[in-house]
Amino acid sequence: MPRPATIVRGIVLGLGAAVFLFPFYYMIVGSLQREPDQTLAGAFPHPANLTLENYVTINDRLNLLQGVLNSGIFAVAVIVATVFFGALAGYALSILQWRGRGAVFALALLVQVVPFQLLMVPLYVMIARNYGLADNYLGIILPFAINSTAVVIFRQYFLQLPRAIFEAARVDGASEWQILTRVALPLIRPALVTVVLITFIGPWNEFLWPFLVTKRAEMQPLAVSLANYISNVANSTANPFGALLAGAVVLAAPVAVLFVAFQRYFVASELSTGVKE
Amino acid sequence: MASTTPAAMSADAATRPPAASAHQEHRLRQRVLGWLFSAPYLVYVAVIFAYPLGFAVYMSLYDYFFTAPGVNVVRPFVGLRNYTHALADPAVRQAFGNVLEFLVINVPLTVVLSLLLATLLNQVVHARAFLRVSFYLPYLTASVAVVGVWLFLFSGTGLVNQLLGPLAPHPSWLVNERLAMPSIALFVTWKQLGFYILLYLAALQNVGRELYEAASTDGASWWSSFWYVTVPGVRSATVLVLLLSTIVGANLFTEPYLLTGGGGPNGASTSPVLVMYQQGIQQGKPGYAAAIGVLLVLMTLVIAWLQNRFGQERD
Repeated sequence: MPRPATIVRGIVLGLGAAVFLFPFYYMIVGSLQREPDQTLAGAFPHPANLTLENYVTINDRLNLLQGVLNSGIFAVAVIVATVFFGALAGYALSILQWRGRGAVFALALLVQVVPFQLLMVPLYVMIARNYGLADNYLGIILPFAINSTAVVIFRQYFLQLPRAIFEAARVDGASEWQILTRVALPLIRPALVTVVLITFIGPWNEFLWPFLVTKRAEMQPLAVSLANYISNVANSTANPFGALLAGAVVLAAPVAVLFVAFQRYFVASELSTGVKE
Repeated sequence: MASTTPAAMSADAATRPPAASAHQEHRLRQRVLGWLFSAPYLVYVAVIFAYPLGFAVYMSLYDYFFTAPGVNVVRPFVGLRNYTHALADPAVRQAFGNVLEFLVINVPLTVVLSLLLATLLNQVVHARAFLRVSFYLPYLTASVAVVGVWLFLFSGTGLVNQLLGPLAPHPSWLVNERLAMPSIALFVTWKQLGFYILLYLAALQNVGRELYEAASTDGASWWSSFWYVTVPGVRSATVLVLLLSTIVGANLFTEPYLLTGGGGPNGASTSPVLVMYQQGIQQGKPGYAAAIGVLLVLMTLVIAWLQNRFGQERD
């Protein structure tokens, strides 16, 4: 017989989980409704009212595939730059001995607390106006190119490797580049998964910056084109909420699936080094 | 965050190579390679963070306007005029007031709910992974996607109002001048809470078990062991949660832009970043927007400093 305290705890946690998960369930249900049904009964889908029509509608309105492709290009470019340059920097900050190392590491931590609202206007002036990189993949990617959290994670994992491995490789005549790519990186594969996951989520979800620098629809990542659809939605479609929620499902699904599949790689210690939005 | 700092400062414990010259060559090579390997990252930080930071302050002191790329024009120095204009601008004042209202609702709610849920989650044996995933999912999902569902839920004829029946507010949540900002604060609390729950969950692992055992032998209730053991035990995490939730609140943009159709009704839910977007980019006054940005950062720093003082005084 469980104690009353245990029962109360179960109820509070269960209620919490319901509050967090219900909107996701409702997002899917809403995206499948032929007629928007906002009554309580509408939360339990009626088979006759189910359709994939809304996905067709949203695809006609904002070219889903192009949006997904743009978001994908944005995210993959940031992942490639972060893994390559971040691993190099992380290696220098942990394995190599050089003066200035402490200062560079402090910089990598400091960068993570610089508020984007202060950078937004000057970056826009520089990238969109001075360099003419508006409506350009490079312009979208640049401010996110190297994730500083990833630099810190790489450094942390390299530091945990036994020193003797590096000494042995050097004695065998391996260059530092060879040690990094053939010895150190293969040994920290779990960190690599973590870095790729958290680096993917940032650009995929990012709205403000790509919104500022893309005006042409065919250049916009999905988050931006969906937001534009939301901000002038109401009068253009027969079932605006259905189409909107269908777009939301497409935007949310990749991250949700990756998170559920790889959730053991989202470790608390990494999170507290500052995943921010 | 701070736990990662000084671990690497220890001196080189490597075994010394036989010849002194080989050793010196090795050290020289490490010194050069250290800078070389960090160079791309350093260039990135200089171009994307350091230069724009300086540029923002510079721009805020000028009547800065857009020109075609490459055109060289004189932009007049105006001193602190952008700042005095911003402080006198009713739209800017309203936006700052809105953010303060947001913080007053969002920050305490975030601290209380995340600590409570983290404490309960920490005591639970079954379904831990499931609960973790469900708490964390909103945090990881794009704002734009979840804003869509909240619009659906909180619209005039939405599910929330259907459930409330005669208690539903008129005008509805997001188009009601009094309720627009609290609705946004509630949305952001819901969306970010999972991150803070995990932060507290990590901090709770460092609270000594023996303290709880001592409390329970003394016959302390659940509530008093929560209040006298847990709350003081996670104080440094609480300071971090206060700081991060304040920064997130100061950065508010997507929610007023989408949830309340650009800060409506009648500017009741505008935010400073929204005003910066309207003034700096839509109206072409980046110097003015940069000044608002500097003021916003100063406000955030003052609040963070107050929170820190308050957090330490209770020791």
